[in-house]
Amino acid sequence: MADFLIYALLAGLGVALVAGPLGCFVVWRRMAYFGDTLAHSALLGVSLGVMLDINLNITVTAVPLVMALGLVYLEQRGFLALDTVLGILSHSALAAGLVIISLLPDVRVDLMSLLFGDLLAVTKNDLWVIYGLSAVVLTLLTLLWQQLINITVDPELATVEGTNVALVRTALMLITALVIALAMKVVGVLLITALLIIPAATARRLTKTPEQMAVMASIIAMLTVVMGLVMSWYSDAPAGPSVVICAAFLFSVSLCRRQRT
Amino acid sequence: MAKLIVSLDKINKRFAGKLVLEDVSLQLKQGEITTLIGPNGAGKSTLVRIVLGLLKPDSGDIKRTSDLKVGYMPQKLAIDPTLPISTCRFLQLANTSHQACHEALESVGIAHLAATPIQELSGGEVQRALLARAVLRKPNLLVLDEPVQGVDVNGQNTLYRMINDLAKTLNCGVLMVSHDLHLVMSATDQVVCLNRHICCQGHPEHVTQDPAYIDIFGQTTAPYSHHHDHDHSLHGDVLDDGHGEHCDHG
Repeated sequence: MADFLIYALLAGLGVALVAGPLGCFVVWRRMAYFGDTLAHSALLGVSLGVMLDINLNITVTAVPLVMALGLVYLEQRGFLALDTVLGILSHSALAAGLVIISLLPDVRVDLMSLLFGDLLAVTKNDLWVIYGLSAVVLTLLTLLWQQLINITVDPELATVEGTNVALVRTALMLITALVIALAMKVVGVLLITALLIIPAATARRLTKTPEQMAVMASIIAMLTVVMGLVMSWYSDAPAGPSVVICAAFLFSVSLCRRQRT
Repeated sequence: MAKLIVSLDKINKRFAGKLVLEDVSLQLKQGEITTLIGPNGAGKSTLVRIVLGLLKPDSGDIKRTSDLKVGYMPQKLAIDPTLPISTCRFLQLANTSHQACHEALESVGIAHLAATPIQELSGGEVQRALLARAVLRKPNLLVLDEPVQGVDVNGQNTLYRMINDLAKTLNCGVLMVSHDLHLVMSATDQVVCLNRHICCQGHPEHVTQDPAYIDIFGQTTAPYSHHHDHDHSLHGDVLDDGHGEHCDHG
């Protein structure tokens, strides 16, 4: 098998591993729009990186992180409904990213690969970044797990019982930003939320505890990466969208299973 | 003299420039039940949230004993249906001991629902689960924000009795928000009638005679009472207490 295919597979699996549990929180806490906003800001990260001639891995990670902190701040101020704030930031970031890229002279960035991912172009270096960050994300999720579940169930009860809700929530936002920066390689800016949400939603129907759901979502996400790459290999379709199509397929299959009541 | 556990002194709170609480002073003591009553928008929930530390007052002093441990029962629970979580696990978020969770569920009569997803519980069962979680940490202050909301009259009586019994067992202070004073009256030590400021406070019989109270709630009229001669368990079985089989509507 070709090197690039092995790299693509390993990169996809590394991202899917963390997309599972994090996707569960995105579903439980209804953060899908939040995820989109961070994803769009990652595109701005690419533009800024190219413009300022900085390593793209750094800007693609840094811009969503800053955006996440900004959102936490705006959410606490609460002078506009959160989805309005997200809508403003999300589309401004997307537009700014696109405008900056188009204005840069002599730079030809493959917009398609940014928007829909370029899994087959993953390098050995990217793999190190992906697995390094995945390890960080998994460690944080494990350490904070009980508290994350607690603030998701009822933030006020958690506060009264002594959890620092603002801190844990900020941590979750930052973790989300990290995962989105990672997932951009695999499925691109426009499809990141799909990779987070669809495996988690599929896992919901098969599980009875939060932990089971998180692990199951990981397994399903990894399965869709493998299926998507196979599909892409044989049909010559782009890898990112193929992965999402496979995730959607597994989700529709899971609908056939009657949910235990 | 009962031990003072929380003491508020001249609390003021504004939301968007509008004064919601004005010079509110309140003392909560170990083993005493304080009931907070008042019309909608009187600031009851705001006051409760200040006691809990969820909100900071704009001015005024709050003193809490150093060993204060609060059990809080919120008005309602909103858990996304996509989160798979059993009632037992919900309790375990407060205290990781499986054993303690089962005992708490037992004490509110829903031990049989331990494995049921919490989103599938009925309104009354959710209130019981919330009560169980509130007492789980063996608090010395129990804070209940309209604990019987959405529960039918019979269930309300049972729930209030349960709260009283648990409070006695724990020997904790209780701060309770309630609309229906006549139901909680007998067990309450201190009634605080709130309408932005404290209109009147004191022993229940005293408060109901207070002009400020009558002004807000009108003369206390005897509520329609509906006596059953038996209770139902949550399974729907009749709990025989020695009386006849039929329902005696008095």
